[in-house]
Amino acid sequence: MMKLNPRTKDQLAARVAQDIFDGAVVNLGIGQPTLVGNHLPPGLEVILHSENGILGMGPVPEAGQEDYDLINAGKQPVSLLHGGAYFHHADSFAMMRGGHIDICVLGAFQVSATGDLANWSTGAAGAIPAVGGAMDLATGARQTWVMMDLLTKQGQSKLVESCTYPLTGIGCVKRVYTDLATFHCTPQGLRLVDAVDGLDAAAIQTLVGLPIL
Amino acid sequence: MINKIVQTVADAIGPVADGSTILLGGFGTAGMPDELLDALIEVGPRELTIVSNNAGNGEFGIAALLKAGLVRKVVCSFPRSADSYVFDELYRGGKVELELVPQGNLAERIRAAGAGIGAFFCPTGFGTELAGNRETRVIDGKPYVLEFPIHGDLALIKAERGDRWGNLTYRKAARNFGPVMAMAAKRTVATVYEIAELGAMDPEAIVTPGIFVSAVVEIKRMTTQAGGFKKAA
Repeated sequence: MMKLNPRTKDQLAARVAQDIFDGAVVNLGIGQPTLVGNHLPPGLEVILHSENGILGMGPVPEAGQEDYDLINAGKQPVSLLHGGAYFHHADSFAMMRGGHIDICVLGAFQVSATGDLANWSTGAAGAIPAVGGAMDLATGARQTWVMMDLLTKQGQSKLVESCTYPLTGIGCVKRVYTDLATFHCTPQGLRLVDAVDGLDAAAIQTLVGLPIL
Repeated sequence: MINKIVQTVADAIGPVADGSTILLGGFGTAGMPDELLDALIEVGPRELTIVSNNAGNGEFGIAALLKAGLVRKVVCSFPRSADSYVFDELYRGGKVELELVPQGNLAERIRAAGAGIGAFFCPTGFGTELAGNRETRVIDGKPYVLEFPIHGDLALIKAERGDRWGNLTYRKAARNFGPVMAMAAKRTVATVYEIAELGAMDPEAIVTPGIFVSAVVEIKRMTTQAGGFKKAA
């Protein structure tokens, strides 16, 4: 097999951003998904939602301008765009559950071919469990997209037939963007959307170990 | 005459019974009612159940309450953080019980308590271990889990501005759980940085109407810093 050039974290974020449409209300999860905000195509007007009660979230403020009453879900200081609004937690999660958030982008430990998501717990003994807004977002947003590496450090596919880690939601993931390829999860299984140079559907199928539609 | 303004945080909190359930506002650094938590530790009720998004950072606020050994149970969505070592140690040692609740369920269960709802069917968490063995139902083809309200004996919240009727506004993302917790407790105590004359707050902009608030206490204005530390403004 020729040497592959996996997407870097920024390239992956840019790939996700490419699919976000003008006018979308988007929630970006903690960690890697936050990078998507840096890659939104120019000219697009996108409203970022933060679970702790912000719509119209803006970029990280300049050093010295941080306001720790204005933080994102990851508790990092952010800013507010013109037109932005604050609201309480029950309203914020009503926006998710009520189907008002167009897209949420989350990280994952595992995603099943039919879109089950495991991203809140590895079930490891002694670990402190924490779920935050992951379940609310995964089941509530109109579309849940995952961005992650396709393989674990041990080379195992994170796209699986059925999740072995504790579930976050059932059948909730629509798309999976990875460093090697992009997939749609469907009730029938995985559909390949694109892949980095040098990987064809057959090679992907070998890596993932699941049928590709 | 109605006057909910109280001069000190200690008087505002008053006596708190052992075994009480206390709703604590705040998310990360924003809206943590640290001054009220310090006063609560002074009162020293034991066997508390605390309901909050997180389970404390460092050794102040909720972490200080935990460290003082006053808490039996924590109901929260995200106890883990880089500096949640006080909670982590108590939890691992079996000294504090944890009820982990998805964040939106936490907010809605508190809101339900304040709104007089007996229980509600919620899609979040269906099919996961956090749904426990609660009743489920399929409505219009979509599965839901029955969720029960979370009532508080006392809510401690941080607001920005208030008046003697208990009307409140908040500051930016420090609003978070304040408005729903204020509704859901038998007594709600709010700190504010500024007391307004009755009538001086724009009625179109009041976020928590005074009906949900028992006591308002003015505290010295501080700014919240990284990691939740405070600095005089």
